[in-house]
Amino acid sequence: MTTVITVPPSLDDQSFEQVLDQVAPLPSEAKLLVDARHVRWASPYGLTALLTLAQTRSERPTLAVPELDETASYWARTAFFQHAEGLYDLRGSYPKRRDGGGESNVLLEITPIGKSDDVHSVVGRVQERAQQIIKTELHLESKAIIGFAMTLSEVCQNIIEHAGQPGWVAVQSYRWTKRLGRRVVVIAVCDAGLGFRRSLESAPGHVPSARWDDAAALEEAVIRGVSRFRDRSRGQGLAGARNYVGRWKGKLSVRSGTARISIVPPWDDDVPLDEGLAPFPGAQVQVILPEAQGGAPDR
Amino acid sequence: MMHHIDVSSVLRQTLACDLYSNLVTRSTGAAVRDQIESLLDDSQERALAVIDFSHVSMIDFSCADEVVAKLLLRYATDDAPHDAYFLFRGVTERHWDAIEAVLERHGLALALDAPDGVQLMGVLSDDERRTWEAASRLGHADAAGVARETDAELRAVEETLDSLCRRRLMMRVDGRYAVVGSTYE
Repeated sequence: MTTVITVPPSLDDQSFEQVLDQVAPLPSEAKLLVDARHVRWASPYGLTALLTLAQTRSERPTLAVPELDETASYWARTAFFQHAEGLYDLRGSYPKRRDGGGESNVLLEITPIGKSDDVHSVVGRVQERAQQIIKTELHLESKAIIGFAMTLSEVCQNIIEHAGQPGWVAVQSYRWTKRLGRRVVVIAVCDAGLGFRRSLESAPGHVPSARWDDAAALEEAVIRGVSRFRDRSRGQGLAGARNYVGRWKGKLSVRSGTARISIVPPWDDDVPLDEGLAPFPGAQVQVILPEAQGGAPDR
Repeated sequence: MMHHIDVSSVLRQTLACDLYSNLVTRSTGAAVRDQIESLLDDSQERALAVIDFSHVSMIDFSCADEVVAKLLLRYATDDAPHDAYFLFRGVTERHWDAIEAVLERHGLALALDAPDGVQLMGVLSDDERRTWEAASRLGHADAAGVARETDAELRAVEETLDSLCRRRLMMRVDGRYAVVGSTYE
């Protein structure tokens, strides 16, 4: 029997929870049809998370692709279908090739991250376009450009250092009309690996606290900079990303297991810690850098 | 003996690739530091290494930790493999956030070759900074001269100068003290 998983029309980090709520009760060998036919828009988080979802299944799932040409074309430009072909049985018609012409909001198409060289490649590829967009569209200082590349590098390294298996990164720029009314650049990094709790549990001599769960592990890693490595050099990457989004009034969200922790800017009404979510392996990170809205950045 | 180490060149040798000028990832940083240390291994005597970031586009936290912090930590110990000192050059805002973060995390400081002369960056006590600045003004000075310049007690100044030498920010030359970078060219 195949279970149909309905993908919401607008797929982002929040609405992806609806997908996970449907998948969570099912065993990993259950046959899934992920129905994305009515999707009109997807964030880089939504797209990378869809690929990650397939990696968590022992039975190869089927994906019904978006019916709207514009949506399918955009997904093709992000290289979604190119990677999805290896993970899903794709149902429906979709552009086989990426449309290379014209201006694109895709700063970095969906790219697998599995080794250090991948991070070099990603940072190198994104730098020039990010520089242009951060300066001319987000109207941020040049320091924001360097910090963006550093943040991208560190969140990608999180996969290499902790996931135990390859993951995905994508970077896009778009006008976020629904929630912010301003332009944003968004980094999404998703993997289906160990996740934060299991990574920290693998530290030598790890003693779990009285309340030890996914939320506690996220607080340790993201807020207190704790790493599975006892070397006190470690744990600086996410701390650096946290400082960066704080400085430029951006948002950092990290989901792992059954919890999601966020550094919430004044423009957003998200909760800092969301617990009791549907379980999902690995770690899913999103960084949102918004267009400046007057005034100097926080120092 | 002085070594000029172009970090960008070391990076390209490390990655065997001419395409990248970004110092990113911990493993890359560790490999670059290994290369720098092997260059210093060739020295049989006191060595001054000018670590030049001029052609490095950017550096992330993990790489800065490996290339800068761990290098300084290794040579600022009693069992350092060599009597080596470091002068950092070409460090701009493209590198500074990451380097500053790792210096703060480890309580380190470094000598920076800036357009208006050598400067200290990182974590220093007021005494260390005042003593270093006095020694820098005086050129090769003995402890008594620095004590006079700072109007401080000789014993306290000697302790501070020793601390600065241990931290690789000053060197003893024939019983006198010189700030790193003061006589490198």
